[in-house]
Amino acid sequence: MDKPLTRNIKPDGSAATLAEYRAKGGYEGLKKVLAELAPLEVQQQVKDSGLRGRGGAGFPTGAKWSFVPMGEDAPKTKYLVVNGDEMEPGAFKDRLLLEGDPHQLIEGVLIAAYAIQANIAYIFLRGEYRVAAERLRRAIAEATEKNLLGANILGSGFSLDLRLHTSAGRYICGEETALLNSLEGKRANPRAKPPFPQVSGLFGKPTIVNNVETLCNLPHILRNGVDWYKRLSRTGEPGTKIYGVSGRVKRPGAWELPMGTTGREIIEEHAGGMRDGYRLKGYMPGGASTDFLLPEHLDIPMDYGSIGKAGSRLGTGTMILLDDKTCPVQMVLNLEQFFAQESCGWCTPCRDGLPWTVSLLEGLIAGRGRPEDIETLQRLCGLLGPGNTFCALAPGAMEPLQSALKYFRADFERYLQPKKVSGGAYA
Amino acid sequence: MPDKIVGNDFGPPKAGPKDGLQGGSPHKIVGNDFGPPKAGPEGGLHGRSPHIEIDGKSYPVKAGDNLLQAILSLGLDLPYFCWHPAMGSVGACRQCGVIQFKDTDDTQGRLVMACMTPVADGMRISLQGETAKGFRAGILELLMTNHPHDCPVCEEGGECHLQDMTVMTGHTFRQYRGLKRTHRNQDLGPFINHEMNRCIACYRCVRYYQDYCGGDDLQVFASHNHVYFGRHEDGALENEFSGNLVEVCPTGVFTDKTFSHHYSRKWDLQTAPSICVHCGIGCNTSPGERYGSLRRIVNRYHGEVNGYFLCDRGRFGYGFVNGPARLHQARSAEDGPLDARTAANRFTATLKDAKGMIGIGSPRASLEANFALRELVGAERFYAGIGAVEHGCLRTLLGIVRDFPVRLVSMREAERADAVLVLGEDVTQTAPRLALALRQAVRNRALAIAGDVGIPRWQDAAVREAAQTEKSPLFVASPAPTRLDEVAARACRAGPDAIARLGFAIAHRIYPEAPAVAGLTPEHAALAAEIAEALAGAERPLIASGTGCLSEDVLRAAGQIAAALAAKQQGQPTGVHFAVPECNSLGLAMMEAQALAHACQAIESGIADTLVVLENDLYRRADKAAIDALLEQAKQVIVIDHTLHETAERADLALPAASFAETEGTLVSSEGRAQRFFSAMQPAGDSRDAWRWLGPWTRIDDLTRALTELLPVFGEITGCAPGAAFRIAGQKIPRQPHRYSGRTAMLADIRIHEPKQPEDADSALAFSMEGAANDRPPALNPFVWAPGWNSNQSVGKFQDEAGGHLRGGDPGIRLIGDGGGGRAQWFELPEAEAASSDALRLVPLYHIFGSDETSMHSPAVAERAPHPYLAVNPEDAVRYGLAEGEEVELTTDVWLPVKLLPGLAACVAGVPAGLPDLPFLETASRPRTPNKPGENTP
Repeated sequence: MDKPLTRNIKPDGSAATLAEYRAKGGYEGLKKVLAELAPLEVQQQVKDSGLRGRGGAGFPTGAKWSFVPMGEDAPKTKYLVVNGDEMEPGAFKDRLLLEGDPHQLIEGVLIAAYAIQANIAYIFLRGEYRVAAERLRRAIAEATEKNLLGANILGSGFSLDLRLHTSAGRYICGEETALLNSLEGKRANPRAKPPFPQVSGLFGKPTIVNNVETLCNLPHILRNGVDWYKRLSRTGEPGTKIYGVSGRVKRPGAWELPMGTTGREIIEEHAGGMRDGYRLKGYMPGGASTDFLLPEHLDIPMDYGSIGKAGSRLGTGTMILLDDKTCPVQMVLNLEQFFAQESCGWCTPCRDGLPWTVSLLEGLIAGRGRPEDIETLQRLCGLLGPGNTFCALAPGAMEPLQSALKYFRADFERYLQPKKVSGGAYA
Repeated sequence: MPDKIVGNDFGPPKAGPKDGLQGGSPHKIVGNDFGPPKAGPEGGLHGRSPHIEIDGKSYPVKAGDNLLQAILSLGLDLPYFCWHPAMGSVGACRQCGVIQFKDTDDTQGRLVMACMTPVADGMRISLQGETAKGFRAGILELLMTNHPHDCPVCEEGGECHLQDMTVMTGHTFRQYRGLKRTHRNQDLGPFINHEMNRCIACYRCVRYYQDYCGGDDLQVFASHNHVYFGRHEDGALENEFSGNLVEVCPTGVFTDKTFSHHYSRKWDLQTAPSICVHCGIGCNTSPGERYGSLRRIVNRYHGEVNGYFLCDRGRFGYGFVNGPARLHQARSAEDGPLDARTAANRFTATLKDAKGMIGIGSPRASLEANFALRELVGAERFYAGIGAVEHGCLRTLLGIVRDFPVRLVSMREAERADAVLVLGEDVTQTAPRLALALRQAVRNRALAIAGDVGIPRWQDAAVREAAQTEKSPLFVASPAPTRLDEVAARACRAGPDAIARLGFAIAHRIYPEAPAVAGLTPEHAALAAEIAEALAGAERPLIASGTGCLSEDVLRAAGQIAAALAAKQQGQPTGVHFAVPECNSLGLAMMEAQALAHACQAIESGIADTLVVLENDLYRRADKAAIDALLEQAKQVIVIDHTLHETAERADLALPAASFAETEGTLVSSEGRAQRFFSAMQPAGDSRDAWRWLGPWTRIDDLTRALTELLPVFGEITGCAPGAAFRIAGQKIPRQPHRYSGRTAMLADIRIHEPKQPEDADSALAFSMEGAANDRPPALNPFVWAPGWNSNQSVGKFQDEAGGHLRGGDPGIRLIGDGGGGRAQWFELPEAEAASSDALRLVPLYHIFGSDETSMHSPAVAERAPHPYLAVNPEDAVRYGLAEGEEVELTTDVWLPVKLLPGLAACVAGVPAGLPDLPFLETASRPRTPNKPGENTP
């Protein structure tokens, strides 16, 4: 099984050096790009590859790039920004790539920057990723020394200045426009779209924001070709995906697997199945802001389309499992507390709706619930839903709640019983 | 968090080419993916204005507007919070959700925020659909989860936009049972109360304060539902326009602290259309009265002048009307207080006995009051009550406006300027509302940049993001640093003469026939070239200047530049605005009276022995010795004023005059706009309209008519507002709202008989709550109020479009400055100042709080005023051996502490203009050397 993204990642957890990266064909994709391909040809190859953004939304990367103004009339300054603010609860896939193989990301950045003709790139890194920051700094220095970064890279005439920015630590910074505001030194509030970052992004200039894993795919696509890339997958969506599992399994972790691997295979084969004495009650396939699915969905291939059809989202591909000994209501409360805390406070539904959600769940669990509270929770799921809020934070926050209300309603209603059950049925 | 949103403001991404962004590149797409991009300025698809369908009915809308603007402009109701017509859209509050349908087959539609959605021809939307209504009620319900139910004790109550919107959305039942978050409040200084618990986090305050006004001491702190809008620590809000927070805030977070001291509900205030009297701009205001005292000033929307905003001097400077210095009763030097009849008789007798009399008018009195005095004493014995230098400046100014190809611009026009030169004037301090307009003018470049990438001008945050720090060029040349420097392309510090020479050099660079300037410093030569290029390259250049430097040469230089630009533009007049010191400075100047010094001569020469002074403290106008001599030599001095000042104290007879809030008249603003103000209340004590003391007129309309007949320059001022005979369906216009309470009981503690409402023979307004409720002409509209709209946001119901002009026309008649002046002679160049090695040239430095006479009677304004000082720049201080705080003698017995002012022009000493504790200083001419203790007086 081909695992291009993680092939350099060593069992001891140390980072691949430049020499090690190059020994396995690293920077060959870049050389090919710089020597043989025009920027628009790179864009076309990535479009043809069918690569979709790995940050969570799954938007086709090539299509995203195609909105960047190109050519003579395009603004001289453009930016490429790496979204390395991996703060989705349950997600730790980018960390693996950042710490284990920083040069792979740098090569991906170079290819993407060349494709959109950006001369400045930023890596926006989650503040807690100190190891990754240190390794990226070292890798950037190594690459700069070998003229893989900086002016006139490998004599190609293309220059790229790559800068590392470590975040002060807000979940909302992962939202690409909030990330841009934060990078500019402003409050990390999202921006309205349109205008899209491709038109007015960082410092008002055309900007592409790509996720770490997305960029790490590029060197391989460019080196090995589109057909090879498509063959990596088990479904119509190409490439590999780094899937993760957290929860009460025997071996929590993250694995690079063909796109479309089923949840059952990931949980049972790679994560070693549920720990003894626990049964799977449900799972969030793509991190904390995706709808719960049930064990009956385990045989659905984990790709954007299939999971979408099942009523959830592939998101980051990092599953969080709910077991039969954990109260779904309390789990949802925990998540909602996180989202309420991380709301930037800009738009009303998110700022004031999430604390209300928390307060209702807390009341319910404390035995102060009323039957209409469940209706109110249901109503809030709609009020804070897609299109109603300024960005995707609140709709994402509502996904676990609305699916828990759908699948685990009895667990909510149990708290309304006259005889108060401390901790629900799960204590 | 993943970068989820690839879609637009409608929410989640629409992945895949099929449903995603439609072909082409998004930088062309201004609209959304519903239908075509916004129609061009020429209109919709069929060359007519675009039409949209709202709940099944077709309406014409203006291309380029957003849906919210369009809906409100149509007179329909849609609740909103974060949007403001002057500040555009940011999409934060989510209150203006409507349903947009994709096409005629779409029955479900999807929710969009009206404020973030451009109109497009053929668009179908629903305001009344259940989904939309339910969503809006839901958003309001969320806002109310933390909003306290303190309306009965909240000063916003009764004029609260949040109350109105709550009722409008139909949210009536509260389901939230949790705790409300609470905040600590701050002391924000003498003007503004702070009650953060009421905050609904619409972000208007910080957007207004930071983005619109350039203030940096009001911020948003923290995040999620703890967002806090305040200062980094307690302290007065520093910006000169902080008072508008009271009106910008949709609820009771920021309220008027001066109003709190004698609070009354909006519905209990008796108001009238008025004009601000604290500078020359002529902002429209609405003063409110209750129980015989003036309680507050609020903005009265004017589409050309002040728009939505006043400065803090104008809003909080009203205290003199109720203040302890108010002259309630006539008094004579011999007998003390007099009753009104005795005083009138005494006045008549004095005039009868006079062996010649002269009158001194006032730039802070109405045209009518000045004219009444002029009629009493005769045109040739009527003098303008202003100092010689200011008089000269105003005559020069008037000459330029009449004879040069210039157009005096309104504030709205100033906002459209794409290159601005501020020559010799600190407009933030002397004509604050103009400074606010210029702050918007520098944004025109940003709007252009955003427009180039398809961002609509109302999408405020996106416009700012796209343009970053790019600004239209603004240049400031002034003696001292100004607040506008921070938005200026370049600021230059120089004394008045050097500023004038710079101006002449700019004119020469623009149009070489204008005389060249020899001997400029290389820096000034380069600057002149840069400014000339920016102005000449602009489509709508603007020259802002004024009398601030007390230099006729500076004004001539401004005129010269304007003429040079006009000559370059084939005679098309140049936009100018000259700041003038007082509310009727220009009107008085247009009466062509001689200066104060001539009045002194007239008394001295014995032509007259009786002096009538109208609304003027002469000690603010000329040297103390000169005024002492004048008052001593005159056998009889009669002063008519509302305030007891030094001149009034020394008068043989002081007669109490009505203040602006109690009388009616016409003022001419620095825009050349004659505007009518009306009395909001009965004159305090025995005071009466100044003109009633002076002449036989029984109604002001007769006086105004007499004025227009004798002085044709004012011929059109009767058109400023309908006269006293005006009626709507036979009814007068009430000054009191229909909910005015307690009318029959207000005086019940004094006597049980309900007094008859006072008659008002002078205007079409009534001291009553009964009368015409609708179709009031804008000039006669005392307050804004509309069904369902109790707050000031109801002004939208009186505009031709959201943020546009008042329906029925913005009030006022422009008398001069319409660009009629032909090709003028070029001014001759001023002589270069002889370098005097050991003298400092005194220049006045203006303070929004401090330099204006009447507003300093308001304790809140006085608290913000500086103490007297003598400013020098640090280098000059070293040269003279002066240290910060050291007292120096400026002129006999005038000791001032030295203030080091970095950036002040060299060889210049600044003294604060007009401070009450400071004697009149002839600042313009003589250079001086400050004395240190022990040295001889200069």
